[in-house]
Amino acid sequence: MSGAPPAGNPAAATARGVALEEHLRRASTGGRKLLVPYVTGGLREDWTELLAAMVAAGADAVEVGLPFSDPMMDGPTIQEASTVALGRGTTPASVAAELRATDVGVPLVVMTYANLVLRAGTRRFASEMAAAGVRGAIVPDLPLEESAEWEADAAAEGVETVLLAAPVTPDDRLARLCARSHGFVYGVNLMGVTGERRDLAASSAVLAGRLKAHTDKPVIMGFGISAPEQAVAAAREADGVVVASALMRMALDGASPEQVGRRVAEFRAALDA
Amino acid sequence: MTSSELTGPLMAEPDATGRFGSFGGCFVPESLVPACQELEAHFRSAWADPVFRRRYEDVLRDYAGRPSPVTVCDNLSNELGVRLLLKREDLNHTGSHKINNVVGQGLLTLRMGKSRLVAETGAGQHGVATATAAALFGLECTVYMGEVDMVRQELNVFRMRLLGAEVRAVTSGSRTLKDAVNEALRDWVASVEQTHYCLGSVMGPHPFPWMVREFQRVIGEEARRQCLEILGDDPDYVVACAGGGSNAAGTFAGFVGTGAQLVGVEAAGGAALGSGGVPGVLHGMRSYLLQDEFGQVLEAESISAGLDYPGIGPEHAHLAEVGRARYFSAGDEEVLDALQLLARTEGIIPALEPAHALAWLVRAARSGEVPAGSTVLLTMSGRGDKDAEQVMRVLGGRA
Repeated sequence: MSGAPPAGNPAAATARGVALEEHLRRASTGGRKLLVPYVTGGLREDWTELLAAMVAAGADAVEVGLPFSDPMMDGPTIQEASTVALGRGTTPASVAAELRATDVGVPLVVMTYANLVLRAGTRRFASEMAAAGVRGAIVPDLPLEESAEWEADAAAEGVETVLLAAPVTPDDRLARLCARSHGFVYGVNLMGVTGERRDLAASSAVLAGRLKAHTDKPVIMGFGISAPEQAVAAAREADGVVVASALMRMALDGASPEQVGRRVAEFRAALDA
Repeated sequence: MTSSELTGPLMAEPDATGRFGSFGGCFVPESLVPACQELEAHFRSAWADPVFRRRYEDVLRDYAGRPSPVTVCDNLSNELGVRLLLKREDLNHTGSHKINNVVGQGLLTLRMGKSRLVAETGAGQHGVATATAAALFGLECTVYMGEVDMVRQELNVFRMRLLGAEVRAVTSGSRTLKDAVNEALRDWVASVEQTHYCLGSVMGPHPFPWMVREFQRVIGEEARRQCLEILGDDPDYVVACAGGGSNAAGTFAGFVGTGAQLVGVEAAGGAALGSGGVPGVLHGMRSYLLQDEFGQVLEAESISAGLDYPGIGPEHAHLAEVGRARYFSAGDEEVLDALQLLARTEGIIPALEPAHALAWLVRAARSGEVPAGSTVLLTMSGRGDKDAEQVMRVLGGRA
């Protein structure tokens, strides 16, 4: 599994050393839309194979969730995935160890909650993740006012901190947030938690447009993107999408890495069409 | 140098980042940041507005039955060798101190132009209080309650529904208070435009710990006046139970400037300030927290649903750190003993939560840690009706 990046993904041509933002800028040249699937670290024995299948199917980066006991920003699917992963004895260290043994060739972005970061110590956490090949981090309960110390320690270890923007974020705050966010800016499509939705929220396009007006950093939209047509709609104003719960639902229901990969490939094809 | 010279005045406003010392803050996702900022601005202006204050005081007097009395417990005092005074929050409408906070937050919700309350509840006292305020003020109400707690507190579930609230069972995590808070926060993120999160304790993101303490400080301010009338002096000890810590914070706020020793009593299985807790971030705040070496939050375990919480309000963490208050814990067995002792000696059946405070006092008075002849004000934060069935099951024929 380790070693050469999987064939067939033009985005997967970079080594671990390339920064997240640089990689994403390069991958989005010519208006190509970015696809960032999510996997809960430690979800199943073969979770790194899920990750590899996502990359092989055309992921530009992968978001790896470090499961937390109290994921307040997550809906039922990611909550369930977190509970399952924790039940298997998953820890930040065990995820890092498995990632160290897995070079998929695209940047990895960890998503977790503040307490796991602070418990380890911000510098130690960043260094442990960097050593595992992680290039970016999303910590939703460290908003602008609380994240400075983490951002500095993460940056010192080469981990870029991705900040979330919400539909209710006022313009002046959006500007500060875009300036502080690194790697990309994560646009939260809707007011709510993660999870599959039947329709893409109307707030998605509005926020994406506002973000694009504020920053030339990659803008990637997430929350509630459950089907390829929703991904296409969400990426119209933005540079790309995160797909999480829809894939974790499949994984929880026992889909194989190949099946999950095929679904990711459908998102890729729709975005490329 | 006194501790207040080192740290600024105690139990005043938190700093600009919402911190008491190094505890507190506002660790919420971006989606909730504007709501927390808006709430702080509204609370600040309301609390400085004499019209709002008068309305709050009127409702507490005419509807909730304030001021609550202080009862001198002669029989139990004789048995313990101390002079015990109870601040009778158990005599408030809805049976606990929780009404003080929900009246304040209910009025604030009207002032913000919102139409719906969400709340978490453990023992059900805060849920019942919130449902009550919602009925009184014409607000919609949804209460999140852990599935385990719904079984333990079946009667309170019925009371909330009778009051017109929707009670939603929380089936995630440990299915108790901490998970109910997660679920209420998730609801709030999705409904923040028309909904206020009526948090039940001095916890959560800024401004909740400060705001809820201010809405509860009426307990301590009344009690101090009453103690001066009865004792002619401040008490030597001021004791209250602490889960999140709202009745303790409200009580301590009235005595923090006196010479009284402040004592908070946690449940042994949920003692965040005891040996198990270390600082961490949960539910929007930095405070002491029961957690494992990786930062996963541990499940608190106590006979009392209201104290079944792995954290504690950030201001308590600060008061403990600077040494102004001390925190102890009480175990289920001694709590049940204390509950029966108060019932038999004084004809007062306490809720399981304040029975923890009493259990510590019984132990400390008998061991001499609280010297004979000391005067003690203990906040009787709620009445035992809600727990009678559970206590009956646990005690069986032993009562």
